[in-house]
Amino acid sequence: MADMFKVKVITPDRVFYEGDVSMVELKTTEGDIGVYRNHIPLTCIIAPGVLNLYEADGVKKAALHTGFVEILQEEVTILAEVAEWPEEIDRNRAEEARIRAERRLSGKGREGSIDVARAELALNKALLRLKLSQK
Amino acid sequence: MATMREIKRRKSSIQSTQQITKAMKVVSSAKLQKAKYKAESTKAYFNYMYETVSSMLAKSGTIDHPYLKAGQSEKKAVIAITSNRGLAGGYNSNIVKLITGGDFKKEDVSVYTIGRKGREGLTAKGYEIAGDYSDAIEAPLYQDAVDVGQAVLDRFAAGEIGEIYLAYTVFKNTVVHIPKLIKLLPVEIEIGEGAEKAVDDKVLMNYEPSEEEALDAIIPKYIYSLIYGAMNEAVASENGARMQAMDNATSNAEAMIDSLSLLYNRARQSSITQELTEIIAGADAVG
Repeated sequence: MADMFKVKVITPDRVFYEGDVSMVELKTTEGDIGVYRNHIPLTCIIAPGVLNLYEADGVKKAALHTGFVEILQEEVTILAEVAEWPEEIDRNRAEEARIRAERRLSGKGREGSIDVARAELALNKALLRLKLSQK
Repeated sequence: MATMREIKRRKSSIQSTQQITKAMKVVSSAKLQKAKYKAESTKAYFNYMYETVSSMLAKSGTIDHPYLKAGQSEKKAVIAITSNRGLAGGYNSNIVKLITGGDFKKEDVSVYTIGRKGREGLTAKGYEIAGDYSDAIEAPLYQDAVDVGQAVLDRFAAGEIGEIYLAYTVFKNTVVHIPKLIKLLPVEIEIGEGAEKAVDDKVLMNYEPSEEEALDAIIPKYIYSLIYGAMNEAVASENGARMQAMDNATSNAEAMIDSLSLLYNRARQSSITQELTEIIAGADAVG
């Protein structure tokens, strides 16, 4: 087993996760990354994606939306605006959000680029929630 | 000397007021427990955010970024967090005083209020209210903080305002609440702590994507977390202040009831004495 290191996931309302893991996988704006112990110090921006926490006795999954991650050699701190365990996700709401976002994207009101970007982000979040809660 | 009936009426009116203040005290102490718990659980996020941002700025040295420089405009935005309800002692007026008594020029300030009492106080003093988010203070959500933050950041980015301030009440403990004005933008972080930490680490932080883009994404989140933390602390302070105010009111009512009871008993006794003298005098006259 690889060396363990500390991971903290903090959201505005609570300390979402705190524990020792051998690897974390998460999605940043630049793509998916996996982090082992002794990674070079790195700060990146989180894109909506699945967070995988490789604990000693299995893998934990969570949905991670916007935020950023600070990676130090011995410690990884994830400051997320929203983080959810699969069992906390409301499938119906996510499904609704997906339909809403898709409708907005295919609709006529496509002038504002901000609105498109926002709808795309909403769609990504909804898809992520659906994907994660399926398992 | 007031008549017995008058004293009695006054006493019972004070008694019912006391009942109200007593109930309000109980309600706000229950709310305080909840608000205190919430304020504490949001502190973790804020503290990490602060540490990260300060170590980031300390390490990155002289980085040129719009969020770190004062804007050209003389205008200042102030986010004022008060409550929607009164009867909380000096809680609301302290925040209003903080803004009116500070060295802001009235014409240069545009206020974003969270809390109706603050809006009323500042409107009466002739301040420009640029936005009102009073509904948010009832149960602060992170999204509310984002909404307020986004509104001011947009204006900062557009160059309409040069500086952003936040006025709220710090919750030190149940009895001590301190009204405080802090500067949100341009970001001012005491280099002391952050710099030490940076030297300790002796490593250069890498940013992905570039440093500017990282700052672009992180500074707004830092601002939102400050606003969110401030909202939660303000709610705790509000309930603490109201609890204290109601406690004082209850004991004042107690004191008034005591002195009125004394007056009442005296009046009763003197009326009895008078009646007796009258009866005796009457009996004497007959006999």
